[in-house]
Formats: sequence, structure tokens, C-alpha cells
Amino acid sequence: MKLDSKVPEGPLAEKWTKHKFNLKLVNPANKRKYEVIVVGTGLAGASAAASLAELGYNVKAFCFQDSPRRAHSIAAQGGINAAKNYQNDGDSIYRLFYDTIKGGDYRAREANVYRLAEVSVNIIDQCVAQGVPFAREYGGLLSNRSFGGAQVSRTFYARGQTGQQLLLGAYGALNRQIAAGKVKMYNRSEMLDVVVHDGKARGIVVRDLTTGKIEAHSAHAVLLCTGGYGNVFFLSTNAKGCNVTAAWRAHKKGALFGNPCFTQIHPTCIPVSGDHQSKLTLMSESLRNDGRIWVPKKPMPGLRAKDAVNLPESERDYFLERKYPSFGNLVPRDVGSRNAKYMCDEGRGVGPTGLAVFMDFSDAIKRDGKKTIEAKYGNLFDMYQQITGDNPYEVPMMIFPAVHYTMGGLWVDYNLMTTVPGLYALGEANFSDHGANRLGASALMQGLADGYFVIPYTIGDYLANIGWADKIGTEHPVFQEAVTNVNQRLQQLLNIKGKKTVDEFHRELGLTMWEYCGMSRSEKGLVLAKQKIQQLKQDFWSNVIVSGQANDINMELEKAGRVADFIELGELMVDDALNRSESCGGHFREESQTPDGEAMRKDDEYAYVAAWEYKGENQPEALHKEELRFENVKLTQRSYK
Amino acid sequence: MKITLKVWRQKDKNAKGGFKTYQLDHVSPDMSFLEMFDVLNIDLVKKGEEPIHFDHDCREGICGMCSMYINGHPHGPLQTTTCQLHMRSFKDGDTITVEPWRAKAFPVLKDLVVDRTAFDRIQQAGGYVSVNTGGVPDANEIPIPKKVADEAFDAATCIGCGACVAACKNASAMLFVAAKVSQFTLLPQGQPERKERVEKMVAQMDAEGFGACTNTRACEAECPKGIKITTIARMNREYFGAKLSSYEVQVGGGGE
Repeated sequence: MKLDSKVPEGPLAEKWTKHKFNLKLVNPANKRKYEVIVVGTGLAGASAAASLAELGYNVKAFCFQDSPRRAHSIAAQGGINAAKNYQNDGDSIYRLFYDTIKGGDYRAREANVYRLAEVSVNIIDQCVAQGVPFAREYGGLLSNRSFGGAQVSRTFYARGQTGQQLLLGAYGALNRQIAAGKVKMYNRSEMLDVVVHDGKARGIVVRDLTTGKIEAHSAHAVLLCTGGYGNVFFLSTNAKGCNVTAAWRAHKKGALFGNPCFTQIHPTCIPVSGDHQSKLTLMSESLRNDGRIWVPKKPMPGLRAKDAVNLPESERDYFLERKYPSFGNLVPRDVGSRNAKYMCDEGRGVGPTGLAVFMDFSDAIKRDGKKTIEAKYGNLFDMYQQITGDNPYEVPMMIFPAVHYTMGGLWVDYNLMTTVPGLYALGEANFSDHGANRLGASALMQGLADGYFVIPYTIGDYLANIGWADKIGTEHPVFQEAVTNVNQRLQQLLNIKGKKTVDEFHRELGLTMWEYCGMSRSEKGLVLAKQKIQQLKQDFWSNVIVSGQANDINMELEKAGRVADFIELGELMVDDALNRSESCGGHFREESQTPDGEAMRKDDEYAYVAAWEYKGENQPEALHKEELRFENVKLTQRSYK
Repeated sequence: MKITLKVWRQKDKNAKGGFKTYQLDHVSPDMSFLEMFDVLNIDLVKKGEEPIHFDHDCREGICGMCSMYINGHPHGPLQTTTCQLHMRSFKDGDTITVEPWRAKAFPVLKDLVVDRTAFDRIQQAGGYVSVNTGGVPDANEIPIPKKVADEAFDAATCIGCGACVAACKNASAMLFVAAKVSQFTLLPQGQPERKERVEKMVAQMDAEGFGACTNTRACEAECPKGIKITTIARMNREYFGAKLSSYEVQVGGGGE
């Protein structure tokens, strides 16, 4: 298979404009003859479904939650970047492009990233017109902040609930089209397969989660806007329902999976409190502006926050300030995370589990006063106290890194189409824009860029080329076969009647992934992880217990199908991490470090996208490489010393 | 901690439900309320029983999906979502009663899972500004006073969980509807459809079978996002104003 990124020729800044002109259009009167399926209703899905329906296409949208408004985009806190340069501080489309390419450690496609920066300005206009209540200055104009170490203030925000407000804006646009009859919405419906016939995506198979009924839906094109796969680690900042099933089924039907090992681990999350833990909660990284991160110089197992207050300065190690004097506690996410892990590996972790480090505000409170700190971080301190029971004004916080975002995803070309014609992937579900590391406030930007401003143009070209007659109905044998297969798989899961619950398998998978394919990866560890995952897969299919029936609401059965897919994905992530024996962005290979122990890229060997092709049950996947060409930026090694 | 749970179990929409009692002997005060259910459910599954079904997703207090009625309060004793409630809010030896949201417009689907699509239909009736993608003015073209934007945000922060309905003796959805109406009433972007929006959303709210508001303020006391009852006052004002002066009245002369 030859990967064609379909990146247009010509100067960077003109590519998208030129490309839009060259794309075929569908006549307005003919748009109503086409049907498009959108799976997932987060920022990418809701914005795509609404925008396509506005254009006149007939859309069917699906979400597994009880309402499209629940999608996990809702939980994004910080903000959304846009190159508006409202602050007159030197921002530009080119600077946003450059920062994103560099932040991604030079593993993203230049043309995609430039387009993202280009349409970022339209997103803000669109959201304001929808009535999204962004933060404003006293003069009535929009407020911006600097975020994630950016040198310019380009982040728009709505308190700590930016994702919620943007999603509700897109949900409103979607609702308007549902009311107009242009979108048919299916809540509590989970996609369990994609149907491919004659080399094109023809529709999907879904399970109605309230009745258990398996249904087929056909369309001219299918858009997967199904988010990331961070829950492969069991514990992550993702919602409990986030899963890889839709993307994985597409992968098994021919869609290549790009850079699966690229995951982002966020340094400032609330640590695990015990075996009952079900998810991790992110604390905004703005806390690192005033919080000093430390562990005791000598191991003090079980050290509690209230006892740490009395530990003399001479017995504390402010390890980030010591190792990175110029950046200190503000080193990038991956560096901060990795160093916290090293401290815990040395036995210097704190708290009941030993998997935490302190983040201490006592100096900041002494310097600026409690009032100032409260004004800056009051809501975060309250949240911390609610979850842990500790008061961070009096005792240091405990933090530990957690899986937050996955840069990898389905491989897509410049048009956001996967390697299956007619099958698209948008938002976090695709691999395209963040390279090996995503910058803060860029996930919301990408989801909405794909949905509002890219897919409405690119899908028209595909639809105009195939014509509206090129569609098969659900009565076609290929749909019936897919329905039968889905039913059989569900029945198979119910029939195993083993001894271990789905959650127990999921936890075990998560521990393996976290240990060997998390913050730090080595060949030895990865080889071991691969064996463990293969054993886990065998064990799962012979020993899982799933209660209830298929023709009913059955959340255990839903989870079982998702975990089965996570196990297979986990193995591919390990393969990908093994293949990439360089360190870049969130992917740290212990074998590839500078003499100071920092991440070392190998641009001569690995400046490519690793796109994996499914080859059948228990067969090794085939690697395809899309070479990345950098015509506009010069590749440099990061340094934060 | 030792906890006794009395939980509403109901096989499906049409089945007759009832309380079932469960004894938990090893509850950690650091567990969230939902994690306690996770632990109980693992035991139930291992015993070959069906786990207790409940809605949940983000587990960080923002998606609005969790919905348990705990000891007579939606989301339990704190003004937060169930997922943010931790067992340290209870005492060793407590008996806790857990029910689904109770409202005619929120039929129980199974155990603690209810159908809240009525909320979606109310939003579909008018909870948006009718703009298409593209062709909108620059974001800074219309300045909005900070105080107005902040107040609109306070209303827009509603997570659509339905605690207001569950708390209300009339099962009224006024706080939920008023939050959206307030957001758009306050913002300049909401002005063109200001009157018909409130008329349509209220009409849909009534059609779904939610009760009327009698100003008991139970909704405000229980709302995990602190939405104020002043939004209801605003919606009432908007509604009466619209009935007297809406586009249909002005242009159509008040009748066909």
C-alpha cells in the first residue's frame, strides 16, 4: 500500500486556499440526495454533523451517552488557541503553526498544521456568534491568556470550563438541525462495526444500548469522531465511556492506524488513592507557576502531607529546580512527568502509595499572601480538597502524572479521509496535527477546525466523484453479514462465563501499559509487555465473566466489547513503541537519550508517520511509512536546562 | 467503613421495581460514591448477579450524566455531582438510600438509569442561536460588557443533569430551561430570536410533562453548578413579554 497524503503543491500559506478551489462541489439541489453518518458528538462530531446538515446533506449522528451534550470534550478546562493576535503581542498564523510543529517535536505534517492555524481564527468568530460566553475584558472585548508556556497570549477561555461552553455551542447547532429534520440523532447507540464493500465505506452496525438491538445504517460516507484511546491505561483523565472500539473496528476493516504509541501524560493530576480508583482528575498545569515540586532527599515511605510541613528545607529535594535551573517547575509536560516518575522509582515518592510528589504553595502564600493565591487558584484548591480531603492552603498538594490525550489515531490524508475511501476520522480520533506531543489548548482547536471548517469542503469532493447512486441499502448481504458477526461476538462474550470481571482485565491491561508503555519505554520492557498482553488476551477470551443478556441494557457487555478491543490496541501500541527506537515528544525510549538524560530524536531514521495495517487475527501488523518533509521549519533539539 | 445500601432495582422500563439491601464492609473514606458502586458491582458480577446499573461518564463533575437520588437529595448531601461525592461525607455504620431521579418526564429505564431525552427536546425547540457555519462577523465586532458576559456564563454553566427536576416536588424543569433562556437573553447574539425562543422552549417543557414552578427554591439549593433562581424570574419576565409583544403579535396582528 502506498500512502498518499494528498498534500497540495505550492507555498505553505496557499495550499488550503488552492485546494479548496480544486475540490469538486456538490450542486445544492443534489446535496439532499446524500446521506452521511457521524459517529460521536464531541466537538468534532457535533460541529461536523451540524455543518454538513446546514449545507443540505442528510445526516445520521450517533453517541453512546444519553445525550450528545455529554461527550468528553465537555471536560476540557484550559482554553482554545487561535491566531487572532488581539493582544498585539506578535502572534500570527505562522507563529501558531511554528509553535505547534515544534511542540509536536517535528512529527506532524506541515500542511495540516498550517491549515489548523489558518482556520483557528474562524473558530472563535463562529463560537462567539453562537453565543459562547468567552471571558471578556472590561471594555467588552475578548480576553486572552498565555497557556502551556506559549510566548504569546492566544488562548481564549471561559473560566475553567472552555470545553463545556464550546461543546454546548456545537450541541446547539446540532439541535437546530435535529429540529429542522436534517439530522437524525441516535442517543445511547454504540457503533460496533463499519461496513466496507467494493473498497468503500457503506455504513455502520450499531447496538441500541437501551434495547440491545443490533441495527445496520447505510450512507454515502462515514465520519468517525470518536475521540482518543487513553483509557487503554484503565486510569486516565478520560471519561469512563471513552473507548477505541469504533476506531479499532475501522482499523480491522482496512483503515491504517497512525503513531499509536504517541500518548500524552499530564504531570499535575491527583494521585491514585487506592485499588478502588476508577479515574484520574487533572489539575490545571497553571498551578506550576506558583507551586514548587519536591520529594524528601531520603526515602520516607508513606510520608503524609500534614507531616511534610515540618520537614526542614535541608531534607527536601526540589528536583525540577535542581535539574533544570532555567525552567524549573515550568518544564514541558513530558519532562515534568518523567522526573516525577524517576523520584518515585528511587523510592522517594510520598503518600500512602509512594506514587506521588509534593507541590507546595507555602512559599507563594508567604510571598504573595493567601488572598492572591486564592484569587488565582481558588477553584482548583477547592476541587483538590473535595477529592482528597486535604487543605492545600495548609499542607502541600500531592500530584502524580496521568494519561491525558492520545496524539496517535487513524491515519488520514489532507482531506481527513482514512485509507478506506468514504471513511473519515476527525478530532482526537485521527493522528494528524499534534505530532508526538500536543500543546495546551490545541485539542479544542483541532476538533472544531476539522468539524466546522475542513470536512464540509473535503467531503464534497468525494461525494461528487462517487455520485449519489453509489450506495447500497441495509438489505444487502454485506450488511446482514456484519450484523450476524456483531451478534455472534456479543454472544461469545456472554457465553464464556469465566471467573474474572471485565474491570479486572482492564485494570491488569492498564498496569502493564503504564509500566512498560507509559512515561518511559525500553526494548526489554516492551518485549515483556507484548508477551503479557498476548497472555491477557487469551485469558480474557477464556475466563471473562459478563453478566446479563444481549437484548437488554447491559453495561457489563458494553464494557467487555471495549476492553477486548483495548487489549488488541495495547499490543499494537507496544509494537509501535518498539519500532520507534528514538525519543520524541511524549514517547521516551530509554535507549535514546542525550548524555544529560534528555530525550533524543533521530531525525535521519524516524522522521515519518508509522501507519499500521491490520493483517488478520493474531498476525503481525504491517508497517507503512509516510515520510515527513519539512520545507518551512528547521528541525532542532529541545533543551530546558 | 461499614455501609448499608438500600438501592432501587428495576429490571426494565415496564417492570415493577423495589429496594434491595446490600452490606459493604470495606468502604474507604477516599472512595467516591460511584467507586463504591464499582466495588459492589464487581462482587455482584462474580456472584453471577446483574450489577446495579447507573449512568456516569466523566467522573469529574461536568458531563452531567450521573444522577443518583441519595438519602432524599439529588447527588447526595453536598451541592455537587454524585461523582464528586466521597465516602468521607458519610459515617461508619450509615445506611444510605439510593433511588433514581423521580419524575414523570424522566422514565426509569433500568435500576438507577433514567431517560432524560426530554431535556434534549427542549433544547431542540430553541436553545441555540440560528447561525450557520461561516459568514459570521469578527469575534470582537460586538463588545459585550464583562458583567453581562459573566452573568451569561453563570447561567450557561448548567450541566443538564436534571437534579433540579429531581429536587422539585412538582418535577419542574424551570431552572434548566431558564438557564439557557437567560444565557441568550443576556447576550446580544441571542436578541433576534429572544421572544420566540422562550415561547418555544416553555411550550416544549410543558409538552414533556414537567410540572410548574411554585418558588420553593429546592432546585437552587440542590443544583451542583449553583444556577440561581433569578434565572427563573428572568424567564418568566421574558415569557410574559414575549406573549404580549412577539413577532407574531406585532406583525401578524395577534391572529390569523
